[in-house]
Amino acid sequence: MASSAPNQPVIVADDLAAAYGSRLIWQNASFTVNAGEFVAVLGPNGSGKSTLLRLLLGLLSPAAGSLIVLGKRPHRGNADVGYVPQRRSIDSDLRVRGRDFVHLGIDGNRWGIDVGKTTHNHQRIDQAIASVDALAYADRPIGRLSGGEQQRLLLAQALVGRPRMLLLDEPLASLDLRNQIVIAELVADLARANRLTVLLIAHDINPLLPIVDRVLYVAHGGVAIGKPAEVITTEQLSRLYDAPIEVLHDSHGHMFVVGLEAESAHHDA
Amino acid sequence: MHELHLAVSPYFGWDLVRVVQELLHYTFMQHAYEAGTIVALSAGVIGYFVVLRGLSFAAHALSHIGFAGATGAVLIGAAPIVGLLAFTMSAGAVMGALGQRIRGRDVPIGLVMAWSLGLGLLFTALYKGSAGLAIGILFGQIFGITTQDVGVTLVAGLVTVLLVLAGYRPLLFATLDEEVAEAKGVPVRALSIAFMVVLAVAVSEAVQVVGVLLIFALIVAPAAIAERFTTRPSRGVLVSAVLAVLFTWAGLTVAYYVPYPVGFFITTIAFWSYILARVVAPSLALRGRGRELRAREEQLRHSP
Repeated sequence: MASSAPNQPVIVADDLAAAYGSRLIWQNASFTVNAGEFVAVLGPNGSGKSTLLRLLLGLLSPAAGSLIVLGKRPHRGNADVGYVPQRRSIDSDLRVRGRDFVHLGIDGNRWGIDVGKTTHNHQRIDQAIASVDALAYADRPIGRLSGGEQQRLLLAQALVGRPRMLLLDEPLASLDLRNQIVIAELVADLARANRLTVLLIAHDINPLLPIVDRVLYVAHGGVAIGKPAEVITTEQLSRLYDAPIEVLHDSHGHMFVVGLEAESAHHDA
Repeated sequence: MHELHLAVSPYFGWDLVRVVQELLHYTFMQHAYEAGTIVALSAGVIGYFVVLRGLSFAAHALSHIGFAGATGAVLIGAAPIVGLLAFTMSAGAVMGALGQRIRGRDVPIGLVMAWSLGLGLLFTALYKGSAGLAIGILFGQIFGITTQDVGVTLVAGLVTVLLVLAGYRPLLFATLDEEVAEAKGVPVRALSIAFMVVLAVAVSEAVQVVGVLLIFALIVAPAAIAERFTTRPSRGVLVSAVLAVLFTWAGLTVAYYVPYPVGFFITTIAFWSYILARVVAPSLALRGRGRELRAREEQLRHSP
């Protein structure tokens, strides 16, 4: 895996703006993300967090400014970028194995049927599934698995393509608190082991506080980035969400954010 | 519908060679088996994706739209298949362009379906021909297939199967995980349109065998049964195609000996196979699950 040296910028946005048609989502965004960083993307509903990922994936062109991802302009089909979109849930009637879902991450975008290289592919698939600790249920229909189990397999699908960067859109949504922490830590471990840069959209920052390097905020038509200690303060968050939000510190120096639950209760967009 | 008045007592027994000889004795039966096999193969392969993409009802509607096309073509003096293809392919392209939005839209699809049947009824009345024409399109006319029809069917069938296989992986990707597929460079929208147009061709062919109204038996039933028995897409496609061919052969064979419509036999076999699959598959899966659990217990016992 050709990994970038640490502290080398892998995402460079300069005066970037995002719009759907004539509807401006946010503008004047200038920030860089360095190789190996774990960045949590926060912001109220509809502020344009997923839009940022769409720009990075090349699914949407910048309305203004420039964006460089891994040294190139974003383009669809970039094997260096792994993506797990937000989804409500997989149809429980979908009678396809989780393993086949993971397989798509290797050669799902190539034409024709699967011929040759099958043993090699099977090894890669097994490896990816093992890395998210999902071998026990990878052969069951994916629709029948729990939200956490599905999330692990979708993560394996993104990893099997051996990316350098992971873009995860609300991977913790619809998980219970324990699973949120487990999956967040799993992502952090995988990122460290594979020297991946991670952008993870989240509603609740609490399960991520121990692992994030920086926080990227999308709100009020703009984008800002900073260290958790700088940005996660009562004043900043309350201003960002237009809601009373409190940041508590316990005797061990751990932070806890209160007030975002109401915001995440009606998650959409 | 063609009534069968054949040899007084056609042979049926344990001498399989003689049975096959008997079945293939008449040219119309040879044609029926040839066209039926190709049609079933293509219906089975494409049907798997129809079921996976949740487009069963859309496929059903497509065949009804074809009814208006086929009767309209006859009215202006063209061959029914020309109108059938023209109508189903254009409707398929529109449906494909709508993409995922077509899922679960029973009401608009149903209305288009009803109106198409109504149009077909009007065209039939204007044609003032025999009602046999409409009945043939609605319920199929596999025993009236000419050598030329077989040739056309062979080409159309091969093209549809080859196109589905050529697009197999991206189609599966776009079906299971549209957003990631799009990000990975799969032309999701173009694929959706192409799929519906290919489906339109497969449906138009299948109309010859089972007719507009019974299309579910060949496109949806084999795939739905295959889905019950395997969770691997590659095997699903294979099982679906094999089942579609078996249903068609069985239907044709029974219809040769018993003087009732072949459409009745194929739909009956498809229906009861589906019921059987729903009963049998869960117990098979349960047994597999039991094996899996026992193997895991065994593993745990042996690990320190």
